[in-house]
Amino acid sequence: MRNRPTRTDGISWLRRLKDHLATAAAVAAVLLVLLPLAAIFIYLVQRGIGSINWAFLTRTPTPVGVPGGGMANAILGTGVILAIASAIGVPLGIGAGVFLSEYGRNPFGDAIRFTADVLNGVPSIVIGIVAYSLVVLRQKHFSALAGGVALGIMMIPTITRATEEMLLLVPVSVREAALGLGVSRWRTTVSITLRTAAAGIVTGIMLAFARVAGETAPLLFTAFGSQFWSANINQPIAALPLQIFVYAISPYDEWHRQAWAGALVLILLIVGTIAVVRLIASRGMMKGTA
Amino acid sequence: MLERVGSRLPDELFRYAMIACGLSVAVLLGLILYELIGNSSLSLHQFGWKFFTGRIWDPVNDVFGALPFIYGTILSSIVALVIAVPLGLGVAVFTTEMCPQRLRAALSFSTELLAAIPSVIYGLWAIFVLVPILRLYVEPGLMRYLGWTGLFQGPPYGIGLLAAGIVLAIMVVPIISSLTREVLSAVPRNQREAALALGATRWEMIRVGVLRNARAGILGAVILGLGRALGETMAVTMVIGNRPEIAKSLLAPGYTMASVLANEFTEATGNLYLSALVEIGLALFLVTIVVNALARLLVWSVTRGLPARVHAQ
Repeated sequence: MRNRPTRTDGISWLRRLKDHLATAAAVAAVLLVLLPLAAIFIYLVQRGIGSINWAFLTRTPTPVGVPGGGMANAILGTGVILAIASAIGVPLGIGAGVFLSEYGRNPFGDAIRFTADVLNGVPSIVIGIVAYSLVVLRQKHFSALAGGVALGIMMIPTITRATEEMLLLVPVSVREAALGLGVSRWRTTVSITLRTAAAGIVTGIMLAFARVAGETAPLLFTAFGSQFWSANINQPIAALPLQIFVYAISPYDEWHRQAWAGALVLILLIVGTIAVVRLIASRGMMKGTA
Repeated sequence: MLERVGSRLPDELFRYAMIACGLSVAVLLGLILYELIGNSSLSLHQFGWKFFTGRIWDPVNDVFGALPFIYGTILSSIVALVIAVPLGLGVAVFTTEMCPQRLRAALSFSTELLAAIPSVIYGLWAIFVLVPILRLYVEPGLMRYLGWTGLFQGPPYGIGLLAAGIVLAIMVVPIISSLTREVLSAVPRNQREAALALGATRWEMIRVGVLRNARAGILGAVILGLGRALGETMAVTMVIGNRPEIAKSLLAPGYTMASVLANEFTEATGNLYLSALVEIGLALFLVTIVVNALARLLVWSVTRGLPARVHAQ
C-alpha cells in the first residue's frame, strides 16, 4: 500500500468526497442498528433486575393485587416444552442431516435440502395452527405435548442444515480410512463421521434450541398457558414467553414489572446458550459456525 | 470390492432410516399444507375468492373478509423494508469491505444477538419504550413536516402501522445483513482487484466490483427479509393496535394476518369462524413459501459453487 498516496493524488475531489460519504453512510447504518440492540439490553437489565427475587423464581402467579407472585411454573413449563421439542427435533434433524451429507449428493437430496430451507421460513404461527389440528383437536384440549410438537417441527430444518454442514467438513480421507479397515458403512457414519463432527452438531442443536426457546406465537393455542404448577404433558402448561406476553399487554403495573423480569430471565437463557455455543465453537474444530 | 454379506443388511437398514428422516422434512411440509386446506375447507367453499377482497370481518354475523389483514400485513412489511434494506446493506458492506478485522467478529456477534432476541421481548420493549417515543416526539414531527403526503395523519397514538413497521425493521435487519454479507463475500476477489487496479476508489470498487455482481443475491436477501416480516406475529400484535380497518395513514391502528390468528384463534367459536382463520393461515403459508423459494433460488444463484456451509442460515 506504499504507492497509495500517489494513486489517490490523481483522483478528483468529487470522487473522493463520494468515497467518504459512502463510508460515513455505512458507519451510520451500523450505529443505527446497534442503537436498538443496546437500548433493549439496557432496558431489560434496568427494569428486570429489580423484580427478580426469590419469590419470582419459586412461586406461581398470584391474582392481580396480591403481591409476591412469580413465574416459577412458567420456567418449569418452558423446560418441559423444550424437552419434548428436542425429543422430536433432534433425532429427526440429525437423521435428515446425515441423509443430506452422506446419501444426498443428488437431485433428490437437493430437493430435500430446498424443502428444509423453505420449512425454515414458514411463519411460526402457521406451525402453531398445524400442531393445533394435529394434537389439540385429537386430544380435545390444549397440552404441553402440542406445544412441544410445534417447537419440535421448528427445530428440524435448523438442525438438519447444521448437521449436514458439519458432516461435510469431515475430510473424505477419514471416512476412507475407516472403510479401508473393513468397518461397515453405517458404523463408519455413526462412530467416525458423526463422532468427529460432534462438537459442531451440538452447536447447531443449541442454536436451534435458543431459537425456539423464545417462541410465543406457536404456543398460544397449543400449550395455552396456566397459572398452576404442572409438568403433565397432557395438560395445558405455562411457558415463559406466553407469560411475558400476557403480562405485557395487561393494564397492571405489577404485571408489567413481572413481564420485564421474565424477559430478562428468558434473554439470559438464550444469550447464555449462545455464549456456550461460541465457547464450543472457538475451542473445537468448527471455526466460524456460531 | 470384497463381498461382505454379513454387513450388507445393517448398511441398507441404516441407509433407509436416514432416507426416512430426510423424507420426513418433505412429508412435514406436505402435512402442513394438508392440514391447512382440510381445516379451512368450510370457509374456502363458503366465500371462494371473495374472502380476499371482502373488507368486513364480523364474526358475530359470520361475515369474513380478509382484506384489512392483507392490507395491514403488506403495509407494515413495506414500512419495515423501507427502513431495513438501507440499514442492512450498510451493515453488510461495512462488515465485508470496510471494517477492520478485529471489529468484524464483534459486529457479526451483535447482529447475531439482534436475531436471537425473541419476538415477544421486542414487543415488550416496543410497548414501553418505542411507542411512547413515537407518540411524544416522532409522530407529531412527521405530522407537521410530512402531513401533506397523507401518510401521517390522524391522532398520534404511538401504536399503529408505523410502530409495527419500525419493530419489524429492527427484526429484519439481521436477516438482510447476514445474508447480504454471505453474498458479498462470495463475489470473487479478482473483481475487487480489477476495479482497484483501474484506479477506482473504495466506494467505486464496492459499487462496480461487488454490489453489481451480487445484485441477484442481495435481492434474495431482501425477499427473505420480506418473508420474515410477513409472518412475524408477536411483536406486531403487541404494537399495531389490532383494528381491522383499511386506513391510509401510517399512524392509524391496523391488523395483520398473523396477529388476527394470535388474537382470535383460541376464542373462535363456531366452525366457520375457525375455518376462516385457518384460511388466513393457509394464505400466509402459501405466500411465505413462494417468497422463500424465490429468495433461496436468488441467493443460490450467487453463492452456488461455494461449499455448502456458505448457505447457512
